[in-house]
This record gives sequence, structure tokens and C-alpha cells, in this order.
Amino acid sequence: MPYSLPSFLVVSSLLFCLGMFTVLTRRNAIGILMGVELVLNGAALNFVAFSRFLEPSQTTSLLSGQVFTLFIIAIAAAEVAVALAIILSLYSRMKTIDVEEFKQLHG
Amino acid sequence: MKDIIFNVFLLLTVIPCFWVALSSNIVHAAFSLLITLFGVAGLYVLLGADFIGVVQVIVYIGGILILIIFGVMMTQRGKLLPLSIQLPGKLFGAVLTGVILVALILTATKSLWPVASVLGEPQPTSAAIGDLLLGKYLIPFEVASVLLLVALVGAVLIVRRSVRGE
Repeated sequence: MPYSLPSFLVVSSLLFCLGMFTVLTRRNAIGILMGVELVLNGAALNFVAFSRFLEPSQTTSLLSGQVFTLFIIAIAAAEVAVALAIILSLYSRMKTIDVEEFKQLHG
Repeated sequence: MKDIIFNVFLLLTVIPCFWVALSSNIVHAAFSLLITLFGVAGLYVLLGADFIGVVQVIVYIGGILILIIFGVMMTQRGKLLPLSIQLPGKLFGAVLTGVILVALILTATKSLWPVASVLGEPQPTSAAIGDLLLGKYLIPFEVASVLLLVALVGAVLIVRRSVRGE
């Protein structure tokens, strides 16, 4: 594929969709976490691609896209820490991380 | 030349990504995720985002992936549970994501993006990003730092409470 904006958008769509497929089909909670990482990476790649290829304007710096990617990475780090804490806590209580087994709240 | 490097990083990103989604071994999936994240860092550098590329390597590969592999190691005692759901649900997921993927690719390729006619040479970005973070985006920056602190304390609290068995 050529080095152009649509190619990067296709790559990030692939990352997003494979991440979503992972989230939808995994039973292992850590597998689901990996899918979320892929989705976040797809979104972040989109921001950086737009900041590179779009027409610069007078009012806003195109580097804003890269700043938002930094925020995405920070939020991903926070999300992984809390999610792993929850998974470990569930594991010590239920002795499994199979999400099909977590149905106490199932009415 | 740029096209060749782009395609190398594209394959480095997308092929392990399929493995993350489809592998039946969680450790293989984790290491494929490592290669994918490296590929994305390469794509960032190729887009002229040197600072973001380095941050990607440090935070994702040095931090998040290590955490995930630790999580894998601490939860793999006893019987190996099936990693994915059974076929009907999997098919449903594949169809759903396939439809979304087609829609996204059509949007990406058919839209008229306001692309710059001449691509400038990539400039160093660290100084400009620092200016933006401590200028225009100061409030989100501070909120992100508080969020990280809350996540840190919250994660420790959740795990401690479960270890003490309350």
C-alpha cells in the first residue's frame, strides 16, 4: 500500500476490528484486556496519521493529534493497572479468570 | 523507499494482530501483541512522530505488556481454560466485526480528506508537544496525572483487599 492517509486509516481500522473481535470472542479476561489494547492502539494511530497528513490551519496546531495520542497512552496505562488488579482479585476469589464463570450478578 | 518501509511495518503490525485475536495460547497472544505494539511504534516514527514512538515503546512494551505477561503468569495455575468462546458466538463476532471493518475501510478510502497538497519534512516534535502540554492542554494534562495517581492507589487497594480476604 502507498504511504498515504487512507492506508494508515485502513491499518488502524484493521487494528480496531481485530481488537473488537478479540474482546467479543475471548473467554480469558486477560485476552479481553489485550483486545482493548489493540482497539486503543488503532484509535491512537488514527490521531497521529491525521496530524501528519491534514492541511495545517492557522488556528490550531496539527500536533494536537499527537498530544491526544499521549493522553490515550496514559489512559491505557491506568486502565490496564486497574483491570489487572480486578482480574487478580477475581482470580483469588473464584480461582479462575474465565469470564463465563462470573455470573453472580446474572439475575 | 518510504512505501517499502511502510509496508514492512504494516505487515509487522497486522499479521501478529491476527495471532492475538485467534491464537489458542495466551502466552503466544501476549508475545504477538508485543510485535504488534513494536510495529505501531514504527508506524508512529514513520509518520514523523518521534516522541510518540518512543513513548509507545516505553509505556506499552516496557510497562503495559510486562503487566499483562505478569497477569498471565499469575493466573495460569491449574487447568488451562479454553481461551475463546464456541463456534456460534465466534461466527457472530466475526460477522459483526467484518461488517464494521468493511464500513471503516470504505469510509477511509472513499472519503475526500482535506489532505495537505505538499507533505512537509518531519520536524522534531518534543519541544512543540511540551509547549502544548504545559500551555493549551494544561488542564487535561493535570487531570491525566491525577487519573494515573488514582489508578495506582486504586489498583493497590483492590489487590490488597482481596489478598486479606475481606
